[in-house]
Amino acid sequence: MNEHLLDIRNLKTWYRTYQGYAQVVDGVNLTIDAGKKIGIVGESGCGKTTTMKSVLRVLDERKAYLPEGEILFKNQNILKMRETELQQIRRKNISMISQEPSAALNPVFTVGQQIFDVISYSKQDDTAKNKKELTDIAIKAIRDVFIPDPERILECYPHQLSGGMKQRICIAMALVTPRELLIADEPGTALDVTIQDQIHRLLRALVDEKQTALIMITHSLGVVRELVDQIYVMYAGNIVEVATTNELFKNPLHPYTRGLMDCVPRLSGGGISAGIYGYVPDYVHPTPGCRFSPRCPYVKEICRVQKPLMLEVSEGHTVACFRYTDSFTEQHRQEESIGERA
Amino acid sequence: MTKAQLKEDLRLYWYKFSRNKLSVVGLCIVLLSILCAIFAEIITPYPQHAKEFVDFNQASLAPCRAFICGTDIFGRDIFTRLIFSCRGALSMTVVVLSISVPIGVFLGLIAGYYHGTWADTIIMRTADVFLSLPSLMLAMAIAAVLKPGMRSSMIAVTAMWWPWYTRQVYGMASSLRNEYFVKNAELIGASRLHILFREILPNCLSSVFTKMALDVGWVILIGASLSFVGLGEQPPTPAFGQMISEGARYMPDLWWMTVFPALAIAFIILGFNFFGDGIRDMLERGR
Repeated sequence: MNEHLLDIRNLKTWYRTYQGYAQVVDGVNLTIDAGKKIGIVGESGCGKTTTMKSVLRVLDERKAYLPEGEILFKNQNILKMRETELQQIRRKNISMISQEPSAALNPVFTVGQQIFDVISYSKQDDTAKNKKELTDIAIKAIRDVFIPDPERILECYPHQLSGGMKQRICIAMALVTPRELLIADEPGTALDVTIQDQIHRLLRALVDEKQTALIMITHSLGVVRELVDQIYVMYAGNIVEVATTNELFKNPLHPYTRGLMDCVPRLSGGGISAGIYGYVPDYVHPTPGCRFSPRCPYVKEICRVQKPLMLEVSEGHTVACFRYTDSFTEQHRQEESIGERA
Repeated sequence: MTKAQLKEDLRLYWYKFSRNKLSVVGLCIVLLSILCAIFAEIITPYPQHAKEFVDFNQASLAPCRAFICGTDIFGRDIFTRLIFSCRGALSMTVVVLSISVPIGVFLGLIAGYYHGTWADTIIMRTADVFLSLPSLMLAMAIAAVLKPGMRSSMIAVTAMWWPWYTRQVYGMASSLRNEYFVKNAELIGASRLHILFREILPNCLSSVFTKMALDVGWVILIGASLSFVGLGEQPPTPAFGQMISEGARYMPDLWWMTVFPALAIAFIILGFNFFGDGIRDMLERGR
């Protein structure tokens, strides 16, 4: 077995609620190799963030419950690690950019002090760093994210900066010391479209330059198309389709992926698309079958009772849908295509 | 931080503080009372009157030029004794706050950060026990059990004071622990101590300082109440409450024995409350 940088196997993350367990992440499998870029796409509340929080174990341990699964980082199971080992990984190997740049910075300290903290916690080389060296590293990190006048920024408090600048600072903090894996949790969400675009380009440039592996979490297919090599489409706690970026856009298979694609407004199209009917399902009482079945336009009897397994359709393209199994007869497909045309 | 920046910050703080004229009045009263407490021997006309002193020739004199607040039944100058009481009251405040605030804040931080765990339960339920008893009663009970005197009244007030800070910091810490920047600190692998003292504590400090400034007046009042019932400073050392209770026996003939100490308490507490309001305005975010 070749070694992956991060290997998530059959991860289940449940939240305790008064009604019972909410099965938010339900058997996610995901691998990423060093230096690769992958994207996780799905609508709000489908468990993308929860999956990533499980990776770094920042979930509230009294509310989250992980009944099954393994998260292997360089063949070490993160879920079974002791607190100190985990702390080392957080300090040196993996960093994460949060959705809310404005909330991610402590309001009572200057940006400089907070970047120094990150540097001093990830003592990559054991040479003791003095103030001057720290400042140099921090200034370089800020310059890397294209903020002018880094010396002044170091002295600023977060409230003196704009949202876009804060997000850049967060990226700078995440990449100030070399990391093997960067998890970016919708880094553009709180920003306007132009800044969002800049942030994404910046992120890609930095990740390429520093050879960091990237997991990009987003709800926008447009974003991942430009940024990543491989896309995981997630629906209601399940990975429903995995493919390389080009393959996915050329040949989307899962009905949910198709629905997502249709949701992207086109300049040439006629107004806003119909979208996908319905909502993300109830996590406390999920259906025994495919979780997309209540919303799926092609739903069949088997979809409601049995969970589809990941099926490799072509090289590097897998999908969890009964439509592509052999038992799903040719006849069904024909019926469908007639329906589609009509 | 550079010198120019520090100067700029100080100017901003002064601007915010002095926007309310009453806070400036409060600051003056506070400074005046601190100066009185420190230089009591120099300011007062008869410093020996603060100790054991009897001179029946000048006993029970009404306010006049020589004794601006009159004298008591032993012939001691009331003004002198008031200034010396100020020293006792302020030193009590300093001791009480400098012990109870760190303890209270620390316990509140722990309980708030470990919200919902056994640490939270133990600390907060203990604090609740203290808070559920009327504060003056509790202080009186503690002071009465110990040997009456300044030290036991300090212990008593300290014991009833910390839970207020614990409660306040607990509330803030338990909401701050869910803030993204605390999660972020956990994500970069910060230690527990770092999270408690570098991330959460600094965000609670401004309200703690405000509460401290406003509490000074209350500590003085509680101290005066204790000494009024004879559980504070013991004679012959003067204290506000003790002077009032002594004078009350000779009301209304020797009214100056009661009225001046009462006015002094009111004056100082008023001053500290104005000052506290000013501190609150000063530490508020924004301009």
